[in-house]
Amino acid sequence: MKIHKPILITAATAALVLAACATPAPQAAKYPSKALTILAPANPGGGWDQTSRLMQKVLSEDKLVSVPVEVVNKGGAAGTIGLAEFVTKNKGDTHTIMTMGGVMVGGIHLNKSPVTLKETVPLARLTSEYLVVAVPANSKFQTLKDLLEAYKADPKSVVWGGGSAGGTDHVLVGLLSKAVGVGGDKINYVGYAGGGEAVAAVIGGQVTAGVSGFTEWNEQVKAGKMRFLAVSGEKKIAGDNTPTIKEAGYDVTISNWRGVVAAPGTDAATQKAIIDLLTKMRETKTWKETLEKNKWDDVFLPGDAYGKFLESEDKTFKDTLTAIGVLK
Amino acid sequence: MDIFANLAAGFGTALTPENLLFGLIGVVLGTAIGVLPGIGPALTISLLLPMTFGLNPTSAFIMFGGIYYGAMYGGSTTSILVKTPGESASVVTALEGYRMAMRGRGGAALATAAIGSFVAGTIATLGLMLLAKVLADFAVLIGAPEYFGIMLLALTAVTGLGGDSAPKAMFATMLGLGISMIGIDLQTGQARFTFGVPELLNGVEVVAAAVGLFAVGEVLWNSGTIKNSNDEVIKTIGTLMMSRDEWRRSIPSWIRGSILGFIVGVLPGAGATVATFLSYNLEKNSSKHPEEFGSGAIEGVAGPEAANNAAAGGAMVPLLALGIPGSGTTAVMLAALQQYGLNPGPLFFDKNPELVWGLIASLYIGNLLLLILNLPLVGVWIKMLDIPKPILFAGILMFAMVGVLVQNGGTADMLILIVLGILAFFMTRHGIPIAPAILGVVMGPLVEQEFRRALAIGRGDPTIFLQRPMAAFMLALCVISVLGPYLYSRLRKKA
Repeated sequence: MKIHKPILITAATAALVLAACATPAPQAAKYPSKALTILAPANPGGGWDQTSRLMQKVLSEDKLVSVPVEVVNKGGAAGTIGLAEFVTKNKGDTHTIMTMGGVMVGGIHLNKSPVTLKETVPLARLTSEYLVVAVPANSKFQTLKDLLEAYKADPKSVVWGGGSAGGTDHVLVGLLSKAVGVGGDKINYVGYAGGGEAVAAVIGGQVTAGVSGFTEWNEQVKAGKMRFLAVSGEKKIAGDNTPTIKEAGYDVTISNWRGVVAAPGTDAATQKAIIDLLTKMRETKTWKETLEKNKWDDVFLPGDAYGKFLESEDKTFKDTLTAIGVLK
Repeated sequence: MDIFANLAAGFGTALTPENLLFGLIGVVLGTAIGVLPGIGPALTISLLLPMTFGLNPTSAFIMFGGIYYGAMYGGSTTSILVKTPGESASVVTALEGYRMAMRGRGGAALATAAIGSFVAGTIATLGLMLLAKVLADFAVLIGAPEYFGIMLLALTAVTGLGGDSAPKAMFATMLGLGISMIGIDLQTGQARFTFGVPELLNGVEVVAAAVGLFAVGEVLWNSGTIKNSNDEVIKTIGTLMMSRDEWRRSIPSWIRGSILGFIVGVLPGAGATVATFLSYNLEKNSSKHPEEFGSGAIEGVAGPEAANNAAAGGAMVPLLALGIPGSGTTAVMLAALQQYGLNPGPLFFDKNPELVWGLIASLYIGNLLLLILNLPLVGVWIKMLDIPKPILFAGILMFAMVGVLVQNGGTADMLILIVLGILAFFMTRHGIPIAPAILGVVMGPLVEQEFRRALAIGRGDPTIFLQRPMAAFMLALCVISVLGPYLYSRLRKKA
C-alpha cells in the first residue's frame, strides 16, 4: 500500500496542476462567483454523463466562466438517487446544477421517489435523441408496418428487447402496442442492462425487434448487421433515410430528451443568470458540432416553458407506464 | 500474413517513447486502483477522460488498456494478503489465496497470480489478434438460455466452498441470493427488499458485499478472538517465490484459466467475475488435490487469476470487432472512443487499423510491464503480514471504508459494509461458511435475469433450455459438476 501512495498523490497533483492551467484568468462576473458543479445522476459513460461533460468542456474551454467546472457522478435508479441528493443536500446551493431527462421523469414514478422534479427549479431543455426500432439484418420484417401487423395478429410472436423495464425504450414499445391495440399484459419485453447486451441480442436474433438510441446502433446498420425500421422523431434524422413512425402510419413520437435543473431555493435572478449562461453555451461552435456528431437535436427550451413541458411529460410517462403494467 | 504485418505496425505505434510512458502510467495507476476496494478501472478511466481530450486517441487508449490490465492484477494482492478484494474479479482469489498466505505461502500465491496474469495476458492478446472476428460473430449467437447455463455452472462452484455442513452451506448460499435480490428488478422495474430506503434501490454493490463479508468480518472475528501477545507473525515457509511443485501445479491451471477466461470474456453478458468462478470450479474438479481446496490450493489462485486477466483481453473482442461493450470498463472505453469522434462498430478494424493494432500491441507491452513491476514487489507486499495485527486490522478497516466511500460518495455503502461485517462475524461464530454467501451475491442477479430473459424469449416455454444444444450442454455440465464428486467417490469405494 505504501508503495502506491506517492504515485496516487503525484497523479492527483498532476491533475490539479493541469486543471489549474486550463482555467482562464478570473474576470469580474456576478455569476458564477465560485466553482460550478454539474451533478450527473448517472454512472460515467451514459447520456447524462456525456451531456454533463460536454457542458463542462464548453463552459471552461470557451471561457464562458472563469471558475473551475466539476462533474460529479451520482448514479443509479434512473437518476432518482442523484435527484434525492440534489434536493436534500444541495438545497439553496446556486452553484450546483443537475443534468436530467425523460428517463428520470419515468423513474420518479417507477421508484416511488420521495422527492420529485417539482422541488427543483427548471433551467432548460437542451438536447433530444431519437429512438429507433430495429430488427436483425436477416429478419423477414422489412417495414414497421410488417412488424406491427404480425404483432397485432399474434402478440406472442414478437419478443421486444431494449433497456431496463420502465425506461424510454419500454415506453416506446408500450406506445406502439397501444397504437395497434395490443394490451399491456400481452407485451413480451426483455430488459437488458447495458447497451452491449441489447445489441448482441438483436444482431444475434435473440429477440424479434429491439429499441434503442439512434447513434448507439447506427454503426451496426452501416455494417449490415441490423436494419432500422423506424425512428421516433417528428422528422427523419439528417443524413439518414429511415422513415419516422408517423410516416409508417402510426401516430407515435417519443424522444429521449435531456435538460438541466437548478437546486431548490434558487432565486429568479440566479435562475436567469444560469439560463443566460446556457444560452451562450448553446451558441458555441463546440456545442453545435458535438450535437451534430452525436445526432442530438437542439431542442432548447428555457425557463418556465420548460417547467410546463416537465409537467406534461410527467403525465405522459405516468399514463404509459400504467398502461404497460409497470406502474400499478 | 496480413495480421503479422499489422501487428508489427502496431508495435511500431506502441513502442514510441511517449506511448510507452502512457502505457507505464496506465499499469501503475491500474495496479494502484486495483488495490483499493471500490475504485475500479471504469471509474478511473472516466475520471481521466477530461484530461485526455488533448492526447491523441492511440496514446489515451494505450493508457486505458494499461489501467484495465493493471487493475485486474492489483486487485489480487490485497485479496491474497488481507482478504480484501479490490475488484469483483478478485473475490475468488481471496478464497484460496488468503488461506495460502495464512499457511506461510503468501509469496507463492502472489507470484502465481503475477505470472498467471502475464501468461493469460499473452494468450488473450494472441486470441484477440487471431480470432477476434470469428469469435465476435459467435458471441452474439449466445442468448439468454445459454447464459443461464453458464451462470448456473458458476453457481455450482458452491459445492466446493461449503465446508463440512451441507445445510449450513445451503443457508449461506440462500442468504447471499437474498442479498442479491435487493434493488430494482431489471425485467419489471419493481423495487424489491428496499424497505423504502432509496439508497437500496441500486442494490448491494458486489465489491462492498465481498469486502464487508470477507474483510470486515475477518477483522471483527480476529479482533474478537485476538490474543494478548502481538508477536504472532506469519513466517514464510520455504522459498519466498514458488517451489518446483508449485510451478508444476500452476502451469496447467494458468493455461486452463487463460483459455476459459478469454472465451467467457468475449461473451458480452458474462465478464471477468463469472470467468473467475467458472475457473475455480474447473480447477477444483480437475485438481489432483481436491481436498486442499478451502485450505489454500495453489490451483485455486492460479486459474482464477489467469482467468480474470484473460477475460479483460476477451472483452476487447466484441468492443473492437463489433462495437459492443462486454464490461463496465469497455463501456467507458466506448464512450471515450466516441468523444474522439470514432464510432466503433463492425467496420472499426478496417477503418482504424493504426489505433486497433496499436492497442493490441500495447496491451501486450502492458502485460510485460506489469510482470516486471510486480514480481520484485512480492517481497515488499509480503512484509504487510509483519505489521502487528491490531494495526493491520485497523488499517484494513479504514482502507475498506475509504474505498467504498470514494466509489459512490455516500455513507450508505459504508453502512452496508458494517452491517455485512457484523453478519459475517456471527456466521463465523456459528460455523456458517462465508464464501457461499458471496457467491450468491455475485451470481444471484445474473442467474435470475438470464433465467427470466430465457423464458421471455421462449415465450414462457421452459423446454427452451433443452431445445438449444449449447444450453442443454451447459445444464448437463452443471449436473456433472454437482453430482460428479459424489459419484466419483462412491465408485472409488466400490472398486
